[in-house]
Amino acid sequence: MSDANIGKEDYMHSQFKYWKPYVSPFDPCKPILVKSYSTPPQLYMNFQPIGLAQFQSPIQALKHGTLWPQLYSPYPDPHKGVKPK
Amino acid sequence: MYYYEKKLQYPVRVSTCNPMLAKFLIEQYGGADGELAAALRYMNQRYTIPDKVIGVLNDIATEEFSHLEMIATMVYKLTKDASPEQMKAAGLGDHYANHDRALFYHDASGVPWTAAYIQAKGDPIADLYEDIAAEEKARATYQWLIDMSDDPDLNDALKFLREREIVHSLRFREAVEIIKDDRNTKKIFKLG
Amino acid sequence: MSKQMPPEYYQCLEELQAIDFVLVELNLYLNTHPTDLEAIKQFNETAQKSMQLKHNFEQQFGPLMNFGRSYSSYPWDWDDTPWPWQV
Repeated sequence: MSDANIGKEDYMHSQFKYWKPYVSPFDPCKPILVKSYSTPPQLYMNFQPIGLAQFQSPIQALKHGTLWPQLYSPYPDPHKGVKPK
Repeated sequence: MYYYEKKLQYPVRVSTCNPMLAKFLIEQYGGADGELAAALRYMNQRYTIPDKVIGVLNDIATEEFSHLEMIATMVYKLTKDASPEQMKAAGLGDHYANHDRALFYHDASGVPWTAAYIQAKGDPIADLYEDIAAEEKARATYQWLIDMSDDPDLNDALKFLREREIVHSLRFREAVEIIKDDRNTKKIFKLG
Repeated sequence: MSKQMPPEYYQCLEELQAIDFVLVELNLYLNTHPTDLEAIKQFNETAQKSMQLKHNFEQQFGPLMNFGRSYSSYPWDWDDTPWPWQV
């Protein structure tokens, strides 16, 4: 399929969100200072636009688990360990 | 009717004999948010959902059965020639006592599958919202399984299955949009 | 030890899995986008490609489907190993 991408990308959303939980001096486990959760693309798309760009080959699509790069969601967080802003 | 195709939807490989991982994975076999629950839920809801979205439920249900087979393959391979000692050490002693190495529809803690996990409310919005939630819960389960697994081959297939939950969730969200669209109602009024 | 599948088996299988995956994706998509003509064209073309690949696969490795959706050689070879969870 052509690269002509009729469905415009309004904005790029981040696939993970980060938050800093309260840490008590009496928490016995080593505290995780920044927690994250996954916010994959279906949360933002709601209805897939027509003509989204596709992966180059069927094998690539299979390996990503979807035909459309814009629906792809990585896991685990590729930026894990990197300090979030 | 159904035909069987002698192939998995996605290649499943596991790197090591690891019954402990099998014990965790069985959550997606016979657990509340597992593939059996998903397949049976959608396959059953399709009878009373509005015609416009029957296809969505029918085809996602069918794909879920392929995922059930993938999970079964992982569990089977991870335990295939494990010794009773290995099963015991992996926390599968109680499973072994009842089932040997046979697969069974129960969750990671051994609780047997029950129809109480799924619902068919007959209200299309209620049913589709349950389906969206089910996909997000299954996605979360795959995340926690990937977090615990150190088997790269297994994780490859688990990431595929996680991504499928995302696509299914989107299709169910689209089904909601189709169901609630005012233009459909107008069309029916005109025809009537 | 019983027979083992040659590397070509895994190669052909993955090629088939990839093509059929595109069909699954397009099918689910078209269920909610029934008027996307380009996607329908791609679906039909991919379906044809899948049939060709299956034909080639079955010539080499035996039937893929039961209940008469594939032909058998002699003797009956539908239920030959390996099954998908065994390979």
